[in-house]
Amino acid sequence: MDFLISLPVILPLFSAILCVFLRDYVKAQKTINFVTASLLLVISFTIGHFVYHDDIIVLNSGNWSAPFGIVLVADLFASSMLMVSNLVYFAVVFYTLNNIDKEREKLYFYPLLNTLMMGVNGAFLTGDIFNLYVWFEVMLISSFVLITIGGEKSQLEGAIKYVTLNLISSFFFLTGVGFLYGLTGTLNMADLSVQISNSEPSVLIDTVSLLFLAAFGIKSAVFPLFFWLPASYHTPPVVVSAIFAGLLTKVGVYSLIRVFTLIFTQNTSFTSDILVVIAGFTMITGVLGAAAQNDIRRILSFHIVSQIGYMIMGLGLNTALALTGSIFYILHHIIVKTNLFLVGGLVDKVKGSFALPKLGGVYKAYPFFGVLFLISALSLAGIPPLSGFWAKFTIAKAGVDISAYFIVGVALLTGILTLFSMMKIWNEAFWKEQPADCVQVIKVTKKDLVLSVLPVVLLASVTVLIGVFAGSVFEYAEKVTAGLTDSTNYINAVLRRISE
Amino acid sequence: MILLLSILAGILVSAGIFLILRRSLVKIILGFALLTHAANLIIFTSGKITPGKAAFIKKGSESLSEPFADPVPQALILTAIVISFGITAFALVLFKKAYKATGSDDIDDYNTTDSIKHNI
Repeated sequence: MDFLISLPVILPLFSAILCVFLRDYVKAQKTINFVTASLLLVISFTIGHFVYHDDIIVLNSGNWSAPFGIVLVADLFASSMLMVSNLVYFAVVFYTLNNIDKEREKLYFYPLLNTLMMGVNGAFLTGDIFNLYVWFEVMLISSFVLITIGGEKSQLEGAIKYVTLNLISSFFFLTGVGFLYGLTGTLNMADLSVQISNSEPSVLIDTVSLLFLAAFGIKSAVFPLFFWLPASYHTPPVVVSAIFAGLLTKVGVYSLIRVFTLIFTQNTSFTSDILVVIAGFTMITGVLGAAAQNDIRRILSFHIVSQIGYMIMGLGLNTALALTGSIFYILHHIIVKTNLFLVGGLVDKVKGSFALPKLGGVYKAYPFFGVLFLISALSLAGIPPLSGFWAKFTIAKAGVDISAYFIVGVALLTGILTLFSMMKIWNEAFWKEQPADCVQVIKVTKKDLVLSVLPVVLLASVTVLIGVFAGSVFEYAEKVTAGLTDSTNYINAVLRRISE
Repeated sequence: MILLLSILAGILVSAGIFLILRRSLVKIILGFALLTHAANLIIFTSGKITPGKAAFIKKGSESLSEPFADPVPQALILTAIVISFGITAFALVLFKKAYKATGSDDIDDYNTTDSIKHNI
C-alpha cells in the first residue's frame, strides 16, 4: 500500500507529459486534466483515510532505506494538507473547463497546471529537506510560467517581482540546506530532528534556522517580505490567481510549521518571539493594504497576506492549542480564499470588470452569486457559525491562555478590518446600482453559467460544513497537532525503529 | 583551502546582492547567477573537502576505505546547478519580453501594477 503515496506525484507528471504531446487537441487535454484532478481527489482522501485510521505511511524510493534514500512520508499533517489542496485543485480544474481563453490553452496551460500540482503534492509528502527544495523549484517554475503565460504587459511586470523575490528565497533555502548538511551530515528530516536534538545548542543552528525562516517567509509572504504577492497575484487570469492564492503561500506556511516543529525545536523561545512579532505586522499591514484598494483581486491578494499572519501567530505562540488553531486556519483558509477568487471571476464574467467603481448590481441580477460571496467573505472575516470563526476563535483563545493579550488584540482588530474590506466589495459590486456608463452587454449562456457556478458551490458548501461540524474538524486538527508536538512517532516511522 | 573557498563564497554573495539591488534588469540576472554560484560553493565547502580521494571502491575490496570525499554534496550541487541553469534561462527570456513590452530596463518603470489606479 506504500506505493499509494507516490501517486499524487506520479499522476500529474504523466498527465502533464500526455498533455504536452496532445498540444493541438485541447478537448483531449481538458478531459485528461479533469480525470487526473478527480483521481487525485480520490487518492488523497484514500491516503487521508488510511493515515487517520492506521498509521503514518512511509515510502522509501528505490528501496533505499532512510536516512540514505529519499523518503515520502504521509503523516496526519501532510495528508490533511493533501486532501484540502486536491479538493481545491479539483474545483479550480472544474472552473477552468469554461473559463480559460483559447490562446492560453494552446500555450501548454494544462501541462503547467499538472506540474504545479506535482510540485505542491511533492512538497507536502517529502521527508527529505533537499527534496523539499527540488519540489519548491518544480512548483515555482510552473507558477512562473503560469503567471506570465499570455504575455500581457501587467503580467510581465508582476512576474518580474514575483520571480526575483522567489529566486532570492531559493538562494536562502539552498544555503540553509548546505549548512544543515555540513552540521549534521544528513538530509532526512526525521534524522535531522534526531541529530539536532542530540547536539549542543549553538549559534550556528539558530542562524541556519533563521535562513529557513527567511526562505519560507518569502514564499509564504510574511511581513516584510510579502511585496511580490500583491504586485503579481492580480495580473494573471482568475483561475491562475485562485490556485496560487489557495496553495502556493500555504506550502510556505506548511514548510515553516514542519521545519520549526520537527527540526529546530531546541531553542524555540528564540524563534517564537520573532514569529509572533512578524505575525502581528503581517496581519496589520496586509489588512490595511487591502483597505486602500479598489479592485476585487487586489483586495483579496492583500488579504492573503493578512491571513498568513494568523497562521504564523499560531506557530509563534507555541502551545498545542495555538498550533491546532493554525492548522484549522490553514485548512479553512485554502478553501475560502480560492473560492473568493472564483466568485470574483464570476463577477468579472457577468459584468466584465474587477474594478469596484465600475461594478454594481450583481446581487440584483444574480442573487445566488451574492449568497456564495457572503458565505466565503463572512467566513474569511470570522463570523459565526462559519469556518473562519472557529479558526480565529481557537487562535485567540490560545493567545489569551498564555496572556499574550497584545497580539490577540491585533488579531481581533484585523478581523474587524477584514469585515470592512469584505463589506466594501459587497456594497460596491453587489449592492449599489452599476454606473450607467459602465454597463456592458455580456452574453453568458446558461450552460456556461451553471458549469462555472458548480465548483464555487462545492467549495462554499465545504466551508459551511466545516463550520457546522467544527467539533469534528477541531478534533482532527488536535490529532494533527499531537503528531507535530511529539514527533517520536514520525521519526520512528521514517527510520523504521520499533517504538517501545 | 576551506578558508579560501569561504572567502570566495562571501565575495560572491556580496557581489550578487549588490547587483540585485541595482535598478537595471540585466544586473538583476547577473546578480542572481552569482548568488547561485555562491550557494553551490557553500554546499561544497560545508560538506567538508577531501582532495584527491574520490569515493570509488578499489578493485578487489568490498567497501570504501577512509578517508574519501563525501559524494552527497557533489550530487546536491549538480542538482542545484541544473535547476539554476533552467531558471536563469527562463528569467533571461522573461526579462527580455518585459523589456520589449515596457521599453525600459529601469526597475522604477515597472510599478504600474502596484498603483491603486491600475485597471480602473
